Amino acid sequence: MSVLEIKDLHVRVETENGPKEILKGVNLTIRSGETHAIMGPNGSGKSTLAYSIAGHPRYEVTSGSVLLDGVDVLEMSVDERARAGLFLAMQYPVEVPGVSVSNFLRTAVTAVRGEAPKLRDWLKELKGAMSDLSVDPAFAERNVNEGFSGGERKRHEILQLGLLKPKFAVLDETDSGLDVDALKVVSDGVNRTRETGEAGILLITHTTRLLRQIPVDFVHVFVEGRVAAEGGPELAELIDANGYEQYQTVGARD
Amino acid sequence: MTISAPPSDLAPRLAGLSLAEIAIPNGREEEWRFTPLARLAGLHSLTEAPQSVSFKIDAPAGVEIAEAEATSTFPAADRIAAAAANLSETVLSVTIPAEAVLDKTVLLRINGGAGAAVGRFEVRAGKYSQAEVLLDHTGSGAQAVAGHFIVADGAQLTIVSVHDGDRDHVLAGQHAISLGRDSKVTHVVVTLGGDVVRLVTTVEYTQPGGDAIMSGAFFTDAGQHHEHRLFVDHAVPHCRSDVMYKGVLQGDEAHSVWIGDVLIRGNAVGTSTYEMNRNLLLTDGARADSVPNLEIETGEIEGAGHASTTGRFDEEQIFYLTSRGIPVVEAKRLVVRGFLTEVIDRIPAEDVRQRLLVGVERRLGDSVSLFQDGPDA
Repeated sequence: MSVLEIKDLHVRVETENGPKEILKGVNLTIRSGETHAIMGPNGSGKSTLAYSIAGHPRYEVTSGSVLLDGVDVLEMSVDERARAGLFLAMQYPVEVPGVSVSNFLRTAVTAVRGEAPKLRDWLKELKGAMSDLSVDPAFAERNVNEGFSGGERKRHEILQLGLLKPKFAVLDETDSGLDVDALKVVSDGVNRTRETGEAGILLITHTTRLLRQIPVDFVHVFVEGRVAAEGGPELAELIDANGYEQYQTVGARD
Repeated sequence: MTISAPPSDLAPRLAGLSLAEIAIPNGREEEWRFTPLARLAGLHSLTEAPQSVSFKIDAPAGVEIAEAEATSTFPAADRIAAAAANLSETVLSVTIPAEAVLDKTVLLRINGGAGAAVGRFEVRAGKYSQAEVLLDHTGSGAQAVAGHFIVADGAQLTIVSVHDGDRDHVLAGQHAISLGRDSKVTHVVVTLGGDVVRLVTTVEYTQPGGDAIMSGAFFTDAGQHHEHRLFVDHAVPHCRSDVMYKGVLQGDEAHSVWIGDVLIRGNAVGTSTYEMNRNLLLTDGARADSVPNLEIETGEIEGAGHASTTGRFDEEQIFYLTSRGIPVVEAKRLVVRGFLTEVIDRIPAEDVRQRLLVGVERRLGDSVSLFQDGPDA
């Protein structure tokens, strides 16, 4: 059983007009086996939270902490965080020319597990994981994200989720750009991880589309850089009906 | 169509001139403006013969090796090549007999010693022969080298030239390639070492059907000057050229120069040519000059194009890879190796591929701290 605690997290970024505070004191606790959704309008800071947890250099944490089983991950480099058990499925994963998917995945799995998997076991594991996501075997020989469709990029992210088996996974707008069929495949992949009960999952989304496919335990409404409301799955239905306006009004009065 | 002016600064227009007739460059000429003349150890201003380059050759049975008095004309493109050709008393001649198919590489080693030296060699690939030649430049000192490759009808010659000298090494000169009917040359340059490397490669087609695959990979480290200049002269119909050079640069005063001149003359109908140079800057302070020139004098061609890009190391790529647990050094290695893949794939010899990769990784390892991704950096 692991726990990820985000305490009073303040984050800023450099802009053309100087530093701008994006996260204004975020508090959130996730335990193994729980699935949380962060919902919020565009520009509310949801992605900033995701990238700050992963350690993207663009985001400067000015105060607060992120603890993984009591250890401050903000003191770790990006790769150390991943090896400690954090994973971020990105909304726009970049192309890495000349690096094949199979080489990339094996390098990542070797780094996270601390030893290279035996080649025969690995090929079997990879084949199985790709088949689960209805990915063509030829996919492994393509270069990472190069010329991938939106759906292929998301499948590739969820493929990594399955292979790297993180303690906590943050999924940033994983439903965006997916058609109905691809959404089903990707959701099934996330659900397989969820059903192991061993990972805590944080779904970041601005629609309820994904939440109809992936059952969640908690919903956090994210507005203007902090959590404005919290509740169970019923909160998502409320937002679906009424939108974010009531929370934004509250936020604007601050 | 007649051509009144020399089509390119790189066109071998100095052939037949005595050295005294060729002006000593002062650095303001188009063909010398990128080159640090002061670091050439006088190779550009030689007027009399210095030492001779000593070649060590290792060739499979059947290949004829001879050292003869220099009598033939070398199609020199610049004064250094002309000096190497004119001041060398002898020419090392390597002949691959007609129809021979070599199962082993012809190895030509130039391990430079102190001081300036000139050297001249020629490789004659007989009709329908198939051979691979590895030129291995190491050591120190300053060498001006003129290499002439005459590829007869139907022959296939692979030339790999590795420039991996000591940090004070100066290497300059020219590879002049002459292609017969339906012949093919694969020319690969791997430049890693030295203080200054300046290589001009010229390709002439004497008959239709010639094919030139020209590739280069270079890693230019702090303070190094690596200059690759190409002139491909499409003077006859139905020939093909495909030029691809990729460079990685890091550190203060790392400077690479790539000049790609392709001329399609009026009667070279059916020509197909593409040239490309891509450079990856790993740090500030490095500079890549890249100048493709394509001159087309006929519309009756199959295709002609060029591309040149110089980009910085992509922080997002490193973030993506490290966010999957891959350490920063390993991530950099993946990105740089991925960048060079297209050129590496064109290197036929496994040991040369390894040498390039090891050389690149060692240099990457020297600069790890520049990319260390600290918390909240």
